[in-house]
Amino acid sequence: MKLVRYFPVAVDSIRANKMRASLTMLGIIIGVAAVLIILGVGRGASEDILGEVASQGTTRLTISPSTENEGEGAGSAVETLTMGDVRTLSDPAFHPDVRQIVPQYGGNIQLVAGNENTRARVTGTTAAYADVHRLEIAEGRFLTEDEITQMSNVIVIGTTVATDLFERTQVVGESVRIDGEPFTVVGVLEESGNAGFGSNDESGFIPIGVAHGRVFNVPRYRGEYVVTSISADAVSEERVDAAERQIEQTLRLRHGLGADDDSDFSISTQASLLDTIGSVTSTLTLLLSSIAAISLLVGGIGIMNIMLVSVTERTKEIGLRKALGAHTSDVLLQFLVESLVLTLLGGLIGIGISYGAAVLVSRVPGFPIDVLIGIDALVMALGVSAGCGLVFGLYPAMRATRLDPIVALRYE
Amino acid sequence: MADSSTLIDMQNITKVYQMGETKVLALNGVSLSIEEGEYIAIVGTSGSGKSTLMNIIGLLDSPTEGVFQIRGQRADGLTGRQLADLRNREIGFVFQQFNLLARAAAWRQVELPLFYANVARSAARGRALETLAQVGLAERADHKPEELSGGQQQRVAIARALVNRPSLLLADEPTGALDTRTGEEVLALFEKLHQEGLTLVIITHDQEVAERARRVITMRDGAIISDSPGAAATAAYGGSNGLSEPALAPLPRPVAIEQIQERVYEAG
Repeated sequence: MKLVRYFPVAVDSIRANKMRASLTMLGIIIGVAAVLIILGVGRGASEDILGEVASQGTTRLTISPSTENEGEGAGSAVETLTMGDVRTLSDPAFHPDVRQIVPQYGGNIQLVAGNENTRARVTGTTAAYADVHRLEIAEGRFLTEDEITQMSNVIVIGTTVATDLFERTQVVGESVRIDGEPFTVVGVLEESGNAGFGSNDESGFIPIGVAHGRVFNVPRYRGEYVVTSISADAVSEERVDAAERQIEQTLRLRHGLGADDDSDFSISTQASLLDTIGSVTSTLTLLLSSIAAISLLVGGIGIMNIMLVSVTERTKEIGLRKALGAHTSDVLLQFLVESLVLTLLGGLIGIGISYGAAVLVSRVPGFPIDVLIGIDALVMALGVSAGCGLVFGLYPAMRATRLDPIVALRYE
Repeated sequence: MADSSTLIDMQNITKVYQMGETKVLALNGVSLSIEEGEYIAIVGTSGSGKSTLMNIIGLLDSPTEGVFQIRGQRADGLTGRQLADLRNREIGFVFQQFNLLARAAAWRQVELPLFYANVARSAARGRALETLAQVGLAERADHKPEELSGGQQQRVAIARALVNRPSLLLADEPTGALDTRTGEEVLALFEKLHQEGLTLVIITHDQEVAERARRVITMRDGAIISDSPGAAATAAYGGSNGLSEPALAPLPRPVAIEQIQERVYEAG
C-alpha cells in the first residue's frame, strides 16, 4: 500500500522533464506497438487461413502419390496411384468410414473460345468432387454422374477463366475448345473472393474419363490409368482417423508393400493441414515478434540510461532526502516507481497505437486480413512494460541508494 | 552528567578518515554536551573538524571512537533505518545552498520530511502551511524556489527543517549564500525560534552570525579550543565580549579568505 505514495513523486519528477520523458518512452512505445501489431497480424492471418481451410470441410482426406527420392526422376511423383485403387477404395464393405472417393487427374492446359485463350488448371474428376470439396456453383451445375460415365465433352469453369474467355460469367451453353475438341460449359463456379489458398477461380473441371482418355496423355500402371490425387470424405470428423487407417491398409495391400516398406503414397487430412498451418503461422509470428521485442530491449536500455542520468543529476536531492529521513528503501522505491511509471505509460500509449492501427485496418475495405489483438496480448504488453521498468530501473535505483548523504549533499 | 534536559551528549569522540594511504584525524577526543533550548555557534577554519562534528551531531556520520547519545540514547549500533528515523524526528537540517527541490512549490518542499514520517498527505499539507506561516511565508506557499528571494528560500528550508517538530535545528552556514540584509532575516528568525525554546546549532565562519548565539564553540585541528558564552549572552549580562580574546577569536582576515575559498568551492 505504501508503494502508492511514490506515484505522485514519480509523476512530479517526470512532469519536470516532459521532453526527456517522452523521448525515453518512445522506445517502449515503439517496441510495444510493434510487438502487438505483429502478433495481431499473425493472429489475423492465421485465423483467415484456418477459416478458409475449415470452410472446405474438415472431414476430407487427400491421398497423394509419394515423390521419388532417388534415381533420375527424383522429386517427381511415383506413378502408382491408379483408377484401380479408386475402385477398390469405393467399396464400403472394407471402408465403412469412407463416404466418398473422388479421383483427380489434372494439369495446366490451354482453353480456347473464339479468339480468346487462357491457361487453366483443368482437372478430370467425378460428380462427387463438388460435394467433397464444397464447391459453390454460380451458374448452371457441376458435372453429373451420367456425364462421367458417358465421358461427355462438358466443362465447369471458374470465374476468372470465364471472364478471360468471354468477358462475362453467364456462359452456360457456350463452347470451349481444348486441343481443338469442343467442350460445352455446363456450370460456372462461385467466385472464391481471394486469390490465395483454395481458390478455384482459375480452374476447369471435366469428366475423369475424358481427362484420362482424350485430353491428357496419361500413363498407365499395371494396366490402369494413374491419378494425381484421390480425395476421400469421412463419414464424420470423429471418424477421419479410422477412415485414414482403412484407406492406408487397402492401398498398402494393393501396392504389395511389405511390413517394412515405406508407403508409396501419403494421406493428409484437413485436420493435419490445420495443424501444419497453425504451427507455421505461430512460428512466423514468434520470429517476427522476437525481432520486434529487440526494439523493446533497446527501449529498456534507453530507460536505464535516462534513469542513470536522472540519479546523477539528482545526487544532491538524494542526499537531502536521506538527511530528511528517507530510508534506503524509500530512495529505491522512488526511482523504481519512476521508471515503472515511464514504461507503463509508454506501454499504454503503445497499446493505444496498436489498437488504433487495428481499427484503422478493419475500416480499410478489401484489406486482406484483420489485425486481431486479444486481451492476452494486452495483458502481456502491460506486464512486459512493467517488467522492463523494474528490470532496467533497478540498477539506477540501487546506485541512488548507495550514495553517501554527506558526499551527495556537497555534490554540485 | 547527562540529565533529562541534555539533548546531545558526546564523550571523547574521535573520527578518523582513511584518505588513500594516510589516515586523517578529523576529530580528536571531542566531548560536548548540548542542553535543550541552547543557541550554539560552532566556529573554526576549514579542516578544523566542525563539519565532521556537524555530521555526527546530525546522525549522518558515526564516530570512530567515543560515545554519542541523543536524548540518552546511544547512536552506535543503530541500523541505517533507525538512524534515518532519528534524523527525521529529532534533527532539522538547514544548508548553505538551501537544497530546495527545483520545481516544487514551497509547501511541497516543507512537507517532504512528513512524507518520510508517513504522515497522510492531507495532514502533511496542513502542517506544511502552518509551518510556513511560522516563518512568515504563509502568502508564498504556492511559489516555486525561482519565484522566491534567497532569504525567502532559506526560510522555506527552515520551515522544512521545523515541520516535523525536531529537537534540534542544525544549520550549516545558513547565511553563507545570502547578502547582509537577507541574512539578517534568517538570523532574526533564528532569534525568534530560540525565544520559543528551540535548540539551535549553527556552524559558521561568519563572526557576526556567531555573535548572535548564546554559546560559541571554537574548533581547531579536530578539537574544541574554546567554549564560551557568546557576545549576545555576555551582552545580556553586561559582561565583556567573550570573543575579544585574541587566542579564541579567529582573525578576521584568514576567515574572510576561507569563506571566499569555500564559496568558490561550493559554486564550482
